[in-house]
Amino acid sequence: MTIPKEKHVLVVFPHPDDEAFGVSGTITTHIKQGTPVTYACLTLGEMGRNLGNPPFATRESLPEIRKKELKASAEAMGLTDLRMLGLRDKTIEFEDDEKMVGMMTDLIEELNPSLVITFYPKFAVHPDHEATARAVVRAVRRMEERPKLHCVAFANNTLEVLGNPDTVYDITPVRDQKMASMKAHISQTAWMLEEMEHKLAQGDTETENWLTKERFYNYRWDDDFEKSF
Amino acid sequence: MELVEMKKLQVQLDAFAGKDVYLHLETTNGSYASHFNEAFFNAGAFIRNVVINYELGKVIGDSPHRVGLKLPHGWVYAQGITHYEMDEQGRLLLAGHDGTGKLAVALQISETPFSY
Ligand SMILES: [Zn+2]
Repeated sequence: MTIPKEKHVLVVFPHPDDEAFGVSGTITTHIKQGTPVTYACLTLGEMGRNLGNPPFATRESLPEIRKKELKASAEAMGLTDLRMLGLRDKTIEFEDDEKMVGMMTDLIEELNPSLVITFYPKFAVHPDHEATARAVVRAVRRMEERPKLHCVAFANNTLEVLGNPDTVYDITPVRDQKMASMKAHISQTAWMLEEMEHKLAQGDTETENWLTKERFYNYRWDDDFEKSF
Repeated sequence: MELVEMKKLQVQLDAFAGKDVYLHLETTNGSYASHFNEAFFNAGAFIRNVVINYELGKVIGDSPHRVGLKLPHGWVYAQGITHYEMDEQGRLLLAGHDGTGKLAVALQISETPFSY
């Protein structure tokens, strides 16, 4: 599937590196097509558990490191509108729900995106992913003219419940940029990338597929995750 | 961070005794533990920037170490401590890293608040 031209794309995720694995190829492609892309990243991943082995970072030095990595990832994708929203890792679900919806509404009203990308509620695994997805869905639900909402889902039961993704982009043409985005988050991805590159070198097609295909579900308004909010 | 040296750490714990200090205490298995192993019971706790004043701080010799702080009306302790650092802001950062390097526990004290 080729990636259709959009007016403006808004990507909302809670952690630096959330964009890298699932959507950095898509982001890069939109930017190459001349579409403005905004990435709103809610936290700096302050609670990340990877601090190096032996440790090169501490709980207190990690946020600055990850902020630099996030900026490097943005640069790798050619993304210039990076918003760091200043929440704390692992606390998003405990914030006031209406405040969260307000944050998302403000972003959407300011940017007027034709496409919003976030996680799929109930299929996003991490509590911050879920809380982010809920806030985005609620904000979009209230819009009179809703932008398209593409969601990333990776819970173990995703295929069973949601079926195959509605959209699969082959991002092979921007594979290098995607690699660079993943590598930018080296404090969190070093171990995983090493394993991945080993598999790719062996010609493992599953890994190649995982890397070059980016998968999205259209949010199903007719099967909304909640009756009301 | 460096591997805990008992004697040095004990001196640093003593230096904060009797002072109002900000505490960061955290235990974690990571948010993905039950994703990778659905049978895993994921429990953890987190507290940050609560002020305590301990009268006695003690590191125990077994490695990984246990560190306990005796308060006038209670206790704070952490187990699994492997590494420590007195950072350039004079904060005492203790951490427990598992065999793969992942953080499992953190106990930190500082005379000034930790960032948000
Ligand atoms: Zn994440």
